[in-house]
Amino acid sequence: MASTQVNPTRMELTRLKKKLTTATRGHKLLKDKRDELMRQFLDRVRENRRLREEVEAGICAANMNFLLARAGSQDAVMNTALLAPKQRVSLECGVENVMSVEIPQFTFKTRTPDQNDIFSYGFAFTGGDLDGAVQSLQDIFPQMLRLAECEKGCQLMAAEIEKTRRRVNALEHVVIPELQENIRYITMKLDENERSTQIRLMKVKDMMLQEAHGYETI
Amino acid sequence: MYRIAVLGDRDSIYGFAALGLEVFPVEDAEAGRRTLRNLCEQEFAVIYITEALAAQLPEELSRYEEQRLPAIIPIPGVVGNTGLGIARVKRSVEQAVGSDIIFTDGDA
Repeated sequence: MASTQVNPTRMELTRLKKKLTTATRGHKLLKDKRDELMRQFLDRVRENRRLREEVEAGICAANMNFLLARAGSQDAVMNTALLAPKQRVSLECGVENVMSVEIPQFTFKTRTPDQNDIFSYGFAFTGGDLDGAVQSLQDIFPQMLRLAECEKGCQLMAAEIEKTRRRVNALEHVVIPELQENIRYITMKLDENERSTQIRLMKVKDMMLQEAHGYETI
Repeated sequence: MYRIAVLGDRDSIYGFAALGLEVFPVEDAEAGRRTLRNLCEQEFAVIYITEALAAQLPEELSRYEEQRLPAIIPIPGVVGNTGLGIARVKRSVEQAVGSDIIFTDGDA
């Protein structure tokens, strides 16, 4: 690993050491980020599951009511009744920042404040079943919106957690060990150079002493 | 100002019109795909889609999964609950945690 083109120089060593410090700090930070994201994600996903079960049950019930209402009256009557809705829903979309994941937050506004505007038809020609059906759908709607918010949040967070986890792993198992290995290699090489210079100097000194005074050395 | 759309077969979704949501009835998967793409380019923040239709357009759904908006949410249609919605929640848990730790308690 270390043999892959590292210059055994002091400059390179300093550079690598700096890089290692940054990598270690980044690793620690990312790990913290991952843990916190995971904690929040688990809370949210539990709520997501609860909401989904609630909404699915609610919609199934509403569908059943609609089916009954449909069975009890003519198609044309139903179509006319729901043809021109009086109510209109619009959304405000805010942003909640959870560990740098931007999660949308929805608040809905109805065009008219009157609750009864969901009934877009005169009551004369339709049965009571339809009223009940529309009402049951209206009741579940706030939960549906919460579900949308929660589920989107979960998806976004899941993607972010996956990314963060990969980064943490890459740092932990690839980048940091490689840097440490390289640093070790350079330190060894520098030490070796140092020793060889020292020995050379000693050797030269011995040779010079022998020449000048005839000292016998080994 | 964003809007909410409901997409699916007509029988499943016409009730939502009364609430003031915008309904887009489609007959088949191809029309659904076209409408969905169209909706995603407009100002719809939430798109509810019936599970039956969603099951036919998995690649379209995953395309918008990592974007902040729109949120595409599967809801059960008139034919009943196919479990696709909860499966998606499951999948995001698996994606985040690596294995499914929320739904292992047997009742889901």
